[in-house]
Amino acid sequence: MISLAFILKFIVAAVGAGTPLLFGTVGEIMSEKVGHLNLGVEGMMSVGAVAGFAAGYATGNLACAMVFAFLAGMLSALIYAVLTVSFMANQNVIGLTLTIFGIGFANFVGVYMIGRTGTNNWQLPANLIEQMKNVDIPFLSDIPVLGKLLFSYDPFTYVGIAIALACGWYLFRTKAGLNAQAIGENPAAADAASIRVTKWKYINILLGGGICGIGGAYCSMVINGGVWISDCVGGLGWISVALVIFAAWKPQMAILGSFVFGALRILKYYMPAVIPIAFFNMLPFVITAIVLLAASIRGAKGSHIPENLGNNYFREER
Amino acid sequence: MAEQEYAIRCDKITKVFGSVVANDQIDLDVRYGEILALLGENGSGKTTLMNMISGIYHPDGGTIYVDGRAASIQSPLDAQNLGVGMIHQHFKLVNIFSAMENIELGTPGKKLPPKVLRRKVEDLCEKYGLETDPDKPIHAMSVSEKQTVEILKVLYRGARILILDEPTAVLTPQETDKLFAILRQMRKAGCAVIIITHKLNEVLSISDRVTILRKGKSYGTVNTAEVNVSKLTELMVGRAVTLEIDRPKPEDPEDILKLVDLTVRRKDGSVALDDVSFSIRTGEILGVAGVAGSGQKELCETIAGLIQPAQGAILYKKENLAGKTPRELIEMGISMSFVPEDRLGMGLVAGMGMTDNMLLKTYTQGKGPFVDRAPARAMAESLVEKLDIVTAGVEAPVRMMSGGNVQKVLLGREIESNPDLLITAYPVRGLDINSSYLVYDLLNEQKKKGVAVVYIGEDLDVLLQLCDRILVLCHGKVTGVVDAAAVSKEQIGLMMTGESAQEVMEYGNG
Ligand SMILES: Nc1ncnc2c1ncn2[C@@H]1O[C@H](COP(=O)(O)OP(=O)(O)OP(=O)(O)O)[C@@H](O)[C@H]1O
Ligand SMILES: [Mg+2]
Repeated sequence: MISLAFILKFIVAAVGAGTPLLFGTVGEIMSEKVGHLNLGVEGMMSVGAVAGFAAGYATGNLACAMVFAFLAGMLSALIYAVLTVSFMANQNVIGLTLTIFGIGFANFVGVYMIGRTGTNNWQLPANLIEQMKNVDIPFLSDIPVLGKLLFSYDPFTYVGIAIALACGWYLFRTKAGLNAQAIGENPAAADAASIRVTKWKYINILLGGGICGIGGAYCSMVINGGVWISDCVGGLGWISVALVIFAAWKPQMAILGSFVFGALRILKYYMPAVIPIAFFNMLPFVITAIVLLAASIRGAKGSHIPENLGNNYFREER
Repeated sequence: MAEQEYAIRCDKITKVFGSVVANDQIDLDVRYGEILALLGENGSGKTTLMNMISGIYHPDGGTIYVDGRAASIQSPLDAQNLGVGMIHQHFKLVNIFSAMENIELGTPGKKLPPKVLRRKVEDLCEKYGLETDPDKPIHAMSVSEKQTVEILKVLYRGARILILDEPTAVLTPQETDKLFAILRQMRKAGCAVIIITHKLNEVLSISDRVTILRKGKSYGTVNTAEVNVSKLTELMVGRAVTLEIDRPKPEDPEDILKLVDLTVRRKDGSVALDDVSFSIRTGEILGVAGVAGSGQKELCETIAGLIQPAQGAILYKKENLAGKTPRELIEMGISMSFVPEDRLGMGLVAGMGMTDNMLLKTYTQGKGPFVDRAPARAMAESLVEKLDIVTAGVEAPVRMMSGGNVQKVLLGREIESNPDLLITAYPVRGLDINSSYLVYDLLNEQKKKGVAVVYIGEDLDVLLQLCDRILVLCHGKVTGVVDAAAVSKEQIGLMMTGESAQEVMEYGNG
């Protein structure tokens, strides 16, 4: 019999598993909205993962870890932005390179730190792990069902939702956001309307990178219980890139999408053992493929893909 | 004269794109309270020059003075701060945004609440006698609606120096009149206006002075009051041009297509063509006249097999073509060519060179798995020669070419495929006068070869001179098919507003 408690437990776990995807997806939306397809999400998350972990290790402070992860993600996005916006290099090539670089960099630092600790283990201090526990707000968390459903996640989840809502508000409700969207749709039109195309591209790409970075920190700090593991992002960045399509380039929709995919990731622990685990491991990727297919069938009209996604802009080119 | 009076003065402006010298030491000036027309053949560098004033391009040499001071215009933002506003030849609009969002785009200050913004746009419309639906997204708009939004964009910003790059190319005569009324109003208010147009009668009616460009060089400025159409043509082309259009007698015309009771609906369900019947004949040019949006576009696309009629038949040698796809038509052995209104959208691939665009039409004819580019290349080169196309090379992307030259590429390709039926929608739109006549000659050549030509046009004078018969559409209905030699411009005009040919002809004779 499936009990209410069981379902609640499943939902809470799904949200947790979806949290890194939420950061990755929202970050990528920020970049794609200005027309830049950044395939470096996995790399930016990896850099954020190691930076956040290192900052947490050094300071024992979660907020500090998040800030460092954000800055590191931004820094790696800066590489991408300089090469694609200013030097107009091919976006796909630079993105893929960034992914390879980011993963390698994170693993390198990780191995170095493991060597330095002398314990064969790079581990976060106990007081930091305490800060990352699921919150427990007096009264609120005790409300039956609702308390568990709304007030029992770790801090990353709340930060992620807040960032997603803020990005949605920025993109769709502020002038700067609409300007950014105009750039992704038709940079020549935006330019002619005297919008600073280059400036806003940088701003959006860097913010997007920073957001991805925090998602990376979640992977390294929360998922493995505070112990550093190589390749900790493990493909979540790639799923995020696909989730952007599922979310129809809307940060609010990304909240829903990432939690659905989070559920798919953890389904295996909640299903009877008769179905092989490999099937569940495969599931998110199969669903990703189906989403991509559905999006392409829905066609250019229904989807909200920025019209100029993937093309660099050079004013004198026509 | 004091420098102060010049709103803009260009001094020896030079601009080079790769191997093309688009502007070669050009001088131009315009004062406040004056309308200057800029005239020149396709590819003579008009757009390039204006783009430098509005900050899109940066000159390679020379100086631009604004209000008498040397101005360094690095970006459209700098231009806007100097009071320069420009309506570009190709729309610069964001398709998914509504009209009012496009109008507000890039203006300083906070985002206005939709209600306030809508009010402001509506007030602006009222003030200048324009019409637009502030909430309609751009992608759902016709070209003339888009042009209205572009006009509103610059009015909203309140530019003192206004540049319009072929604004009338896509407007109906009535809309053009409205635009000109606005421009006169702005001139009176002390603004400086530069307008580019290939329609010489418009140059004569709106401008105070005309500056002429020839192959990237300035060729002097004349007072409009002292010139006429043939003088302007001569200045522009460099030799006298006869402004007469030939009309050879059709040789034994034969019905090739018969349209019977054709009804076509638009995507939104409204009726685009209402019970239309007529025939198209070989060796004849059939003109189609009508106010923009009377169903011309749907007529072309239905014949070309791009849209399905709701009812009725298109008969080709007793076979019904209605509802067949373009590929099926080709397989049936009907060779039809269609030069659509939207050249870079439907007709050509902007990012590919001339050669590859030629290949688009012929690649299926080759044998074997590989594409043979040599014939396409030869064809591209022969077109450049024959039609006087200005381009850096047959491999240069067509989007680099000036608007008029793009049109020549498309028309040339379609004619080279030796069609039995040639459908052209506004083929001279955006073409300079010399090229326009070249196109008329080309069409006449096809007609002499026995091709059935359908010519959708907007200039009634041309329709009357070029076509053998004229079909008049009004709100999707045919108000008459008349002999072009026996009808007057006024009579066509009446039929365009819905009066039947019979009534009109009787009135004309009586
Ligand atoms: N961005 C660009 N890159 C390369 N070549 C260009 C560019 N812009 C213009 N050219 C070239 O410069 C020349 C002048 O073009 P321009 O668009 O200024 O002509 P135009 O006078 O406006 O013609 P039209 O009446 O057809 O619009 C053309 O040969 C064109 O191919
Ligand atoms: Mg031009």
